[in-house]
Amino acid sequence: MEILGLLMDGVFIALDPLNILLMLIGVALGLFIGAMPGLGSVNGVAILLPATFLVPPASAMIFLAAIYYGAMYGGAISSITLGIPGASTAVATTFDGRPLALKGRADLALVTAAVASFVGGSVANVLFTAFAPPLASVALDFGDPEIFALMLLAFATFVGLGGDDIPKTLFSIFFGLVMASVGLDIMTGEPRLIFGDITGFMHGINFLVLAIGIYGIGEMLWTIDSTRGNLTMTEAVLSIKRILAACRESIKGWKGTAIGSFLGFFVGILPAAGATPGSLMAYGVTKMVSKNPKEFGKGHVGGVAAPEAANNSASTGAMLPMLTLGIPGSPTTAILLGGMVIWGLQPGPLLFQTQTEFVWGLIGSFYISNLFALIVNLAFIPLFIWMLRMPFTVLAPMIFVLSVVGGYAATQDMHDVWLMLIFGVGAYLLRKLDYPVAPAVLAIVLGPIAEPKLRQSLLFSSGDPMIFLERPISGPITVIAIILILLPLFKLIRDKLKGKKAAAG
Amino acid sequence: MRRAEIITAGLMALLSIYLMYKSTELDIGYIKGEGPGGGFWPFWLAAGMLLSCVWIAINWVLKKSPPSQSDEKYLDSYGLRMLLLVGGGVTAFIAMCHILGFYGAILVFLIYYIRFLGRHSWPATLAISITTPVVTFLFFDIAMRIVLPKGYLEPLFLPLYDFFF
Repeated sequence: MEILGLLMDGVFIALDPLNILLMLIGVALGLFIGAMPGLGSVNGVAILLPATFLVPPASAMIFLAAIYYGAMYGGAISSITLGIPGASTAVATTFDGRPLALKGRADLALVTAAVASFVGGSVANVLFTAFAPPLASVALDFGDPEIFALMLLAFATFVGLGGDDIPKTLFSIFFGLVMASVGLDIMTGEPRLIFGDITGFMHGINFLVLAIGIYGIGEMLWTIDSTRGNLTMTEAVLSIKRILAACRESIKGWKGTAIGSFLGFFVGILPAAGATPGSLMAYGVTKMVSKNPKEFGKGHVGGVAAPEAANNSASTGAMLPMLTLGIPGSPTTAILLGGMVIWGLQPGPLLFQTQTEFVWGLIGSFYISNLFALIVNLAFIPLFIWMLRMPFTVLAPMIFVLSVVGGYAATQDMHDVWLMLIFGVGAYLLRKLDYPVAPAVLAIVLGPIAEPKLRQSLLFSSGDPMIFLERPISGPITVIAIILILLPLFKLIRDKLKGKKAAAG
Repeated sequence: MRRAEIITAGLMALLSIYLMYKSTELDIGYIKGEGPGGGFWPFWLAAGMLLSCVWIAINWVLKKSPPSQSDEKYLDSYGLRMLLLVGGGVTAFIAMCHILGFYGAILVFLIYYIRFLGRHSWPATLAISITTPVVTFLFFDIAMRIVLPKGYLEPLFLPLYDFFF
C-alpha cells in the first residue's frame, strides 16, 4: 500500500498548475507531431528537448513524456484519414483504419483508436506502477559488471530481434559508441579523438547533436524523398452524436484492446522493440485469435484497437527499464535518458530513493497525461484533421529551423550545428541503404555510461573479461546477450539444414 | 543501389581505419593498476566498425542484402534535385547564421523554401517568414536567455534588449 501513497503524492505533484499547463501543451503538441507524416514521438522529443531548459527538470520530463503519449494517439489520425502512418508506431493502424475510412466510417476508426489508446495507456500505467519499485530495489544491488552486462543485452536485442541487416545494425551501434567517446577521456581527462585538432571536439559530441541531426534534418530529407508530395485525404464526418455512437460501437474491438494493452507493455520493455513492433505483433495476434480473421484488413474494429492499444502501452513499457535500470527501452526514451543526464539526474535505480518527488511526479503525470490525451484527442479531432492540410512545404522548413536553433541552443556552439548537418545528411544517405539509425542514437546516449563501467569492471578483475560471466547476476544476463547476438546465426544454420532436407527429400 | 552499397561500405571502412589510427594516440592496452588505457574502448569499437564493413562487403559479393541486388538508382533525378535544393538550402542557412545571425538567416531561408520551393503566395510566405524569427527571438533570447548569434545584424537588436531588460 506504500506504493499507492507514493502514487497519490505523485499525482499531486503532477497537478501543480505549471505541470498541468505543460501536460496540456505536451499532449496537444504530441497529437500534432504524431499526426504529421514524417514526424513521430522521437522527432518531437529530440527537436523540442532544448526548448525545455526553461522549466525545472521534473516539469521538463513531464512535458516530454506528454509529447510521447500524445504522439502515440496522434499517429492514428493520419493513418486513418490519409492512409499513411503519421508515425512508424501507427503503421498497423492503417491496415484496418484506412478501409474503415474508405467505407465512410472514419469517425468510428478515429474514436476506436482514441479509446483503445486510453485503455492501453491505463493498463500500462498500472503495470508500470506495480513493477517499477520492486525492479528498482532489486537493481540497487547491481555493480559495474551487472550494469555493463545490461547494456550489452540492450545492444544484443537490436542484433537478435531488430530485424534489420545485422552487419549494418552492428555498424550503427559501434559508430554511436565511438562518437560518444570523442572529447576528454572520462577517466584520465586526456583529450581523445580530436579530429583535425578542431577545438569544438574537446567538449565531446552531445547526443542531441546526433539525435536532432538524424531525427530532424535526416528524417525531413527522407520524408520529402519518399512521399514525393503525394497525399490524399479522406474526410471524416463528425458530431457529438456520432462520437458517442462510435464509442459504443468501438467496444466490439475489446479483444484487440486487451491483447494490445498487455502484449504492448512487455514488448515495449525490450530495448530494440518499442512501440512499432509491439503494435504490429498485437495486430497479428488479434487476427490470429479472432473467430473470423478474414474480416481483418477490410475494416475490422479490432484491427484498429489492437495496434493503438499496443503502441500506447509499449511507450509506457519502454519507460520502465529507462527509469529503473537506466537502460532505455526505445529511441524516444533514449533521448529522455540523455536529457536526464543534462539536467544532472543520475538515471538508474538510485533515482527511486534520491529523487522520489521526480520519479513519482512523473509516474503521476502518466495517468493524468493519458486522460488529457483522450479528451484533447476526442474534442479536437476536426482541428487535427484540418491541421493535416498544412502543406509539407511549410512544415518541413519550420522543422529545419527548429532543428538548427535547437541544435545551437543545446551546446551554444556553431561547430555542433555543422556537425548536426553532417550527421543529418549522412543518416539520410545511409538510411537509403537500409542502415538502421536508432541503434546509433541509443549507443551515443549509453556510451558515456557503458565505458567507465567496462573499464572499472576490468580494473577490478585485473583485466580478466570472465568477470562478466562469473558473477551471479551479470553472468546470466551476459549469456542471454550472447545468445541473442548469435540468434540470427542459429536461424541461418536451421534454414540451411531445412534446405538440405528439402533437397534430399 | 548495388554500386552505392559497396562504395559506402568502402568509405565507412576507411572512416573506421582512421578512427582506429586516431585511437592509438592514447594507450590501447591494459595498464597495470589503472585498468584499460584511454584508447582501448574507441580502438576496439572502431575495429568492430571495420569488421561490420567487411561483413557488409561479403554480403555484397554474395548478393545477400537487398541494396546489393537492386538495380534501382541510388539517387534518381528527383532525389538528387531534392538533396541539392533542400540540403543545399539548409547548408546555406547555417552558413548565413554566421553572417546575418540566426534571425536574419531564418527569414531568408523561410522565404527561399516557402516561396521558391513550395510556391506558396507571397502574403502566406511573408506572414510565416516574419512571425517565426520573432517568436524564436522571444522564446530563446528573452524567455530562456539563450542568446543566439546575431552576426552583422547585432546593432539592430540593441534597442530590443534595452526594451526587455
